Amino acid sequence: MNNPKKTNEFVYFALKNKKVLLGFSIILIFVLLGLIGPMINHNKPLDYVDPTGAHPPSADYWFGTTFFGQDVFSQLVNGLQATFLVGLLGGGIGTLMGMLIGFVAGYRGGIVDEILNAFTNIVLVIPTLAVLLIIAAYLQVRSVVTESLFIGFTAWPWAARAIRAQTFSLRNREFVDLARMTGMKSLKIIVTEIAPNMLSYLVLTFILQFGGAILNAATLDFIGLGPTNTISLGLMMQYSVLWGALQLGSWWWFIPPGLAITIIVGALYSMNVGLDEVFNPKLREL
Amino acid sequence: MLRYFGRKLLIYALTFFLAVSIDWMIPRFMPGNPVQNMLARVTVTQTTAASQKLYAYYSHLFGLDVPLWQQYLTFWNNLIHGNLGTSVYLFPTPVTKVLQNAVPYDIALLVPSILLSWYAGNKFGAFAARSKWLDNTVSPLGYILTATPYMWLGILLAWLFGIVWHIFPIAGAYSFLMLPNLSWSFVGSLLQHWFLPFASLFLVGFGGQAIGMRNLIIYELEADYATYLEALGAPKRLIRNYAFNNALLPQITGLALSLGVVVAGALVTEVVFSYPGIGYLLLAGIQNQDYFLIQGCFLFIIIGVLLANFIIDVAYVMIDPRTRRGMTGGTA
Repeated sequence: MNNPKKTNEFVYFALKNKKVLLGFSIILIFVLLGLIGPMINHNKPLDYVDPTGAHPPSADYWFGTTFFGQDVFSQLVNGLQATFLVGLLGGGIGTLMGMLIGFVAGYRGGIVDEILNAFTNIVLVIPTLAVLLIIAAYLQVRSVVTESLFIGFTAWPWAARAIRAQTFSLRNREFVDLARMTGMKSLKIIVTEIAPNMLSYLVLTFILQFGGAILNAATLDFIGLGPTNTISLGLMMQYSVLWGALQLGSWWWFIPPGLAITIIVGALYSMNVGLDEVFNPKLREL
Repeated sequence: MLRYFGRKLLIYALTFFLAVSIDWMIPRFMPGNPVQNMLARVTVTQTTAASQKLYAYYSHLFGLDVPLWQQYLTFWNNLIHGNLGTSVYLFPTPVTKVLQNAVPYDIALLVPSILLSWYAGNKFGAFAARSKWLDNTVSPLGYILTATPYMWLGILLAWLFGIVWHIFPIAGAYSFLMLPNLSWSFVGSLLQHWFLPFASLFLVGFGGQAIGMRNLIIYELEADYATYLEALGAPKRLIRNYAFNNALLPQITGLALSLGVVVAGALVTEVVFSYPGIGYLLLAGIQNQDYFLIQGCFLFIIIGVLLANFIIDVAYVMIDPRTRRGMTGGTA
């Protein structure tokens, strides 16, 4: 199924699709900002560089300073790193777990499917954020990595369910039967026959999990259960509300982090829709 | 029918059991010890005899000095009798009482915002699908709204409408100058304070629903029945109506699945607006390391979500008789 011509076709349509291009460029810009930002701005995000109260954006501090005189721009670019780390790690784990459970349930069928499906349905109904909240509440020291792990390990049911349904429909196709007849091992059939045929689907799942992990992390951070040893976009929002940025009118403190999250997640969604059109020719016109 | 609901109820019972067990397990298997944390908070160290006595006393009070299996059984027993422990933060109010005072605010916030955003989002999404200029305006707006973190939209609304334009109050459930009573001015104050949190929940939900509906309609309009109707020369309106009805079913399932996200959104929205619902309590519980309050809030959220899911399940069966067959037939 992996012929080079088809891959080229996807690349061609992806490069012609405005939604994909727009989403991808926005993500790229933010990644670069997160990587280069700390190099051109030497203020540490949590240092009190100008402790004379909150100042609006100026030539010295591009995005102004917080109530305690921390550099908002520095917090933003460093927070972006945490955001992308959570997205990659949390979204990645969520997708992998979903693949593992979805593939096994969909391919095996029968009693294995029944059990895994019941388990997925159960976890799907439990509001995962509530579980995350109590886990985080009991952990005294938290890092961005532990946060991503928890988010990833609670976000998989969506993915598992979708992947299971897709696997289910592919399982009895001729080429899979053929592979089974040649005596291929189940694992190999899943990896070489089934997974490539739903690669587009897996890519879309990962993008959605990536965005979901970012939003979940923002929620956790905002409620005070974020990483304890660093800065993140959600923590910026928490501090700004906690220290009365609203009442003091320090808009430069609370607008950038939320706006950055909205734009990043929006760009991911845009990429998702665009790629859907690329992979599914029926949606392409219009 | 009976079998379908029997199966559903079994899943719900299992879910409840698992959730409650998680609720019990987390504090006991996490690093750290609630009693020690509590004593550390009032700077009691472990060395003196007095503190050891205190530790033993509190361990006994919270039932932490017996074997794990016994703790587990006691936990369930207390739960069945409606006992969720005593709040540390609002000592000595029982957690159930604290929750009782908070729940009406949650219901007032969640029920209208979920239902209205679902209704309006579906209508708008259906309009937007396959109509060029609407699709180019509504869809991007919908995507931006769903991508917005709940609390940030809340912060933005609070800042614009509360601080800059002074239209709505931004904290509390009613004016600080009032005591709860049955008068028009009090109801007005309640509504005023309710509006902004409601609006931020509504807007994010609206975006998600509109997008979902738009995408579903596009898939439906690509289906064979739509092409066939078109070939027969059926009016566009009729085809769209069929597509809408068919797309509504997955949207109902989608609503059930998104409840957890909405509830989480409500938690942070309440924090932004200091709205005294479960979310606000939860934050207080976390900040004060009030484990019983945290557990109570968690349990309450679980029960609420399960109940809402069940209602949606019943509604689904009433709307679409096919599900009965689908469930008992065991197809994907």
